[in-house]
Amino acid sequence: MDYITLAHGAGGVEMLELLEKLIFKRVDDKLKRVEGGVGIDIADDAAAIPLPDGRYVVVSVDSYTVNPIFFPGGDIGVLAASGSINDVLMLGGKPIAMLDTIIVEEGFPVKDLEAVIESMLKVLREENVALIGGDFKVMPRGQVDKIVISTTAIGISDNPIIDKPAPGDKIFVSDYVGDHGAVILLMQMGLGRDIEEISTGMLRSDVKPLTKLMVPLLSKYRYCVNAARDPTRGGLAGVLNEWAEKNELLIYISEDKVPIREPVKRYSEMLGIDPLYLASEGVAVLSLKPECADEVVEYAKKLGFGNSRIIGEVKQTDMFKGYVAAETSIGGLRLVEPPRGEIVPRIC
Amino acid sequence: MSKLLSELENILRKNRDLVRVIVRKINDYWFSYMKETGVDHLKIMDFCGTHEWTITHYGIRSLLPRGVELVAGPGCPVCVTPSYYVEELIRLALDGVTVYTYGDVYKLRSHRSVKGFYSLSEAHASGGNVKVVSDLLAAIKDAKLHGKPSVFAGIGFETVAPGYAQAVIKRLIPGNLKLLSLVKLTPPAMFYALEVSQEKPTEPPVKGVIAPGHVSTVTGAKAWEPVAENYGIPVVISGFEPVDVLVSIMKIMEQLVRGKPSVVIEYVRAVSYHGDVAAQSSIWRVFESVDDAWRGIGFLPKSGLRMREDYSDQDAFKEYGIRELSPVDWGYDMPSGCRCAEVVLGKAYPSQCPLFLRACTPSSPIGPCMVSAEGTCAIWAKYGSRDLLLKLSIELKGNIGGA
Ligand code: SF4
Repeated sequence: MDYITLAHGAGGVEMLELLEKLIFKRVDDKLKRVEGGVGIDIADDAAAIPLPDGRYVVVSVDSYTVNPIFFPGGDIGVLAASGSINDVLMLGGKPIAMLDTIIVEEGFPVKDLEAVIESMLKVLREENVALIGGDFKVMPRGQVDKIVISTTAIGISDNPIIDKPAPGDKIFVSDYVGDHGAVILLMQMGLGRDIEEISTGMLRSDVKPLTKLMVPLLSKYRYCVNAARDPTRGGLAGVLNEWAEKNELLIYISEDKVPIREPVKRYSEMLGIDPLYLASEGVAVLSLKPECADEVVEYAKKLGFGNSRIIGEVKQTDMFKGYVAAETSIGGLRLVEPPRGEIVPRIC
Repeated sequence: MSKLLSELENILRKNRDLVRVIVRKINDYWFSYMKETGVDHLKIMDFCGTHEWTITHYGIRSLLPRGVELVAGPGCPVCVTPSYYVEELIRLALDGVTVYTYGDVYKLRSHRSVKGFYSLSEAHASGGNVKVVSDLLAAIKDAKLHGKPSVFAGIGFETVAPGYAQAVIKRLIPGNLKLLSLVKLTPPAMFYALEVSQEKPTEPPVKGVIAPGHVSTVTGAKAWEPVAENYGIPVVISGFEPVDVLVSIMKIMEQLVRGKPSVVIEYVRAVSYHGDVAAQSSIWRVFESVDDAWRGIGFLPKSGLRMREDYSDQDAFKEYGIRELSPVDWGYDMPSGCRCAEVVLGKAYPSQCPLFLRACTPSSPIGPCMVSAEGTCAIWAKYGSRDLLLKLSIELKGNIGGA
C-alpha cells in the first residue's frame, strides 16, 4: 500500500487498518485518554474527560464533506451540526457547545455559504447549543472541493456510554435506516430529479439531531443501555460489525425486522447495493439489556420515534466471535460482512 | 401496478409459509430418492452468477437437506474472459484509444503486465483512456461527442448479444467506435463443466442443473436439451427470486425421483421453449460462432461470437489489428495459487482456495472470481461461505449463550 485510496476514507475495514497502523499503534497507551476518561483507546471520534464533581465532559470531532452540498432533506450545514451533536449524544452526553472550522474554495458563492451557515446555526438554536469558537479559511481554487466543515461538539454526561454490548442484549434501532446514504447516492448519480419519491419529498435525508430521543431516554433508561451509536458511514452493518468484533460476540439480526423504506429498498436493489451499508444521519442503534428492551421501545415510540423496534440480539459462541449474521426474509442464513471499500453502484 | 408488484415480491421473497411447503417437498423427494438409490449426497449446479447471488444472499443452502449441495457453475462472463484480451484492451488504452468497459472489467487483473500495468484501472490512473459505461448505447453516445478512436469491450453472454447485433445492423455505432466482440455462449461451457464432472466424478456427483433464466429468454429452453439427453441430468430454467430457485430445486428433485430427466421451465414468465427467435436471427446475422478460449480453462468448441465479414468495418479486431488467440498461443492465464478456474467449473468452492479472504479479498482481489459481482468468490466473501454458514446454523439452533 503506497498511496491513499478513497476506500481508506470510507469508514470500512481499510480505514481501520490504516488508522491502526498510522495512529493508534504509535500513541502511548497512557496518552490515549485523559486519566479516568475515555479516548482513542475505546471510542474513535468522541471522548470523555472526568470532572472533579464526578461528571464528564464529552467531546466529539468530525469533518464533513458531501456532494451535493444541498441535498433533499438538508445541506452540509445541518449535517455538520447534527453529526457532532449526535456523536456526543451517543456517548451519553447532553450537548452544550460547539466549535467549527469552515474551509471554502475560492469562488464559492457567498449566498450558498450564507445558506449553509444559517442551517448550521438553526440547528444550534433549536438545540440550545452555544457556538463558542471557530476558524474560517479560504483555499485557492481546486485545492479543496467547494467546502469542508469540521465541528467539535461538547457535552456533559453523568455516566458516559462506553460501548459494551453483552450476550443476551437486544439490538434496537430508532428509525428507518439508510435514507441519507440512498439520497446522496441517487443525487450523485444524477437521478435525483427523475425519482418521484425524491421530487415529492417522500424520500429525503434523515439528517437531524437525536437529542429529543437520547436525552429523555438516557435519563430514564441509562441502566438499560450497554452501547449506543448512530450508523453513519458504513451503515448499520458497520456499527454491528464493530460491536461484534471488539467484544468477540455474535450479533444475529432478522432482516425482515430492519426498517428500510420501500423506495430505499427498491433503488438499492436497482443499483446492486445493500441498504444495511447505507448511512443514516438521524438514527440511533442501541444494545439494550433484554429485561428492559421492550420498555425502551415503547418509550421511544412515545417520544415520537414510531418506527423504533428490536431487530436482533447479541449472542456468545466459541466458534463465531466477531460475526454478524442475518436471518433472511425466507428464513435462511447469511453473513453481514463489515463494510469494505467505497459503496459503488453495480454498473452492469 | 406498484401494489401488484410489491405483492408479487412478497410472495417471491418473503412468503415463509410457501417456502416451508417447498422445503418440505424437497425433503420428501430427497428421502425417497435416497431410499430408492442409496445415494446420500449429490450436487446441483447453479449455472448463473445471479442465481448464486440469490442462493447465498437469501441463505438458501441453510434450508436444504444436508445431502443436497448447490455448487456454482461458469455463469460469470468477466471471470472467463481470457487475460490476453484484457491485455490487448490495456494496450489500446495506453496507445490513446478510448476503451469503454463495464465496471467489473475495469478492475479485472491481467495475467501479464502491459508496460507495467495489470488492469484497465491502473492504465487509467496513469493517463490511459478508459471509461466505465453501463452499456453499448452509453458508449455510442459518448464516442459521438468526441469523435476519437474508441473501442467497446463487448463482454457478456447471449443476453448482451441481441443488443450488440441491433446496434451493428442499424449502424448506430459511429465510425470512430469499434466493437470488440468477446461474447461467450453458455451451453458449451455447461456441457464442458458436466463433461469434466463425469470424467473425474466429483464427490458427490452433479445430478441436476439450475439453468440461467436470462440467457434462456434468448436461447429458449431447447438449448439445454443435450444436458438431459446426453448426461441424463434434469435441467430446470429458473427465475431469480429465492422462491423461483427453491421451486427449481424441488422440480429437479422430483425428476430425480421419477427417473425421467428433462428440461423444465420454472421461469415461465419470461422463457419459452424456442426462445426469442427474432433476437436469435439478429445474432446470427451479425455474428458467427468460433472456438473460443475461456480463462483458466482453455478452448471450448463453438463457444464464442465474433463479427461476420460483412460487418468488419465495425469490428475492433480488424480495425486495431487484434490477433485472435489460438489454442497454440493460449496458456494457463489465472494468477498463481488462484483456483478460480475450478470454482467456475464447479470443481472447487471458494473456501477451498487457500487465498480466499486471506490474500484475496473484495478490496484487493487476486482472481477474476473475486473481482466480478457475479463471481462466486466475491459473493461468498460478502454473504458467507457454505461451510461456515452450515456450522453457524447448527450453532444458532443449538444451545448458545444469550437469549
Ligand atoms: S479466492 Fe481469489 S484467489 Fe482464490 S479462487 Fe477466488 S478469486 Fe482466485
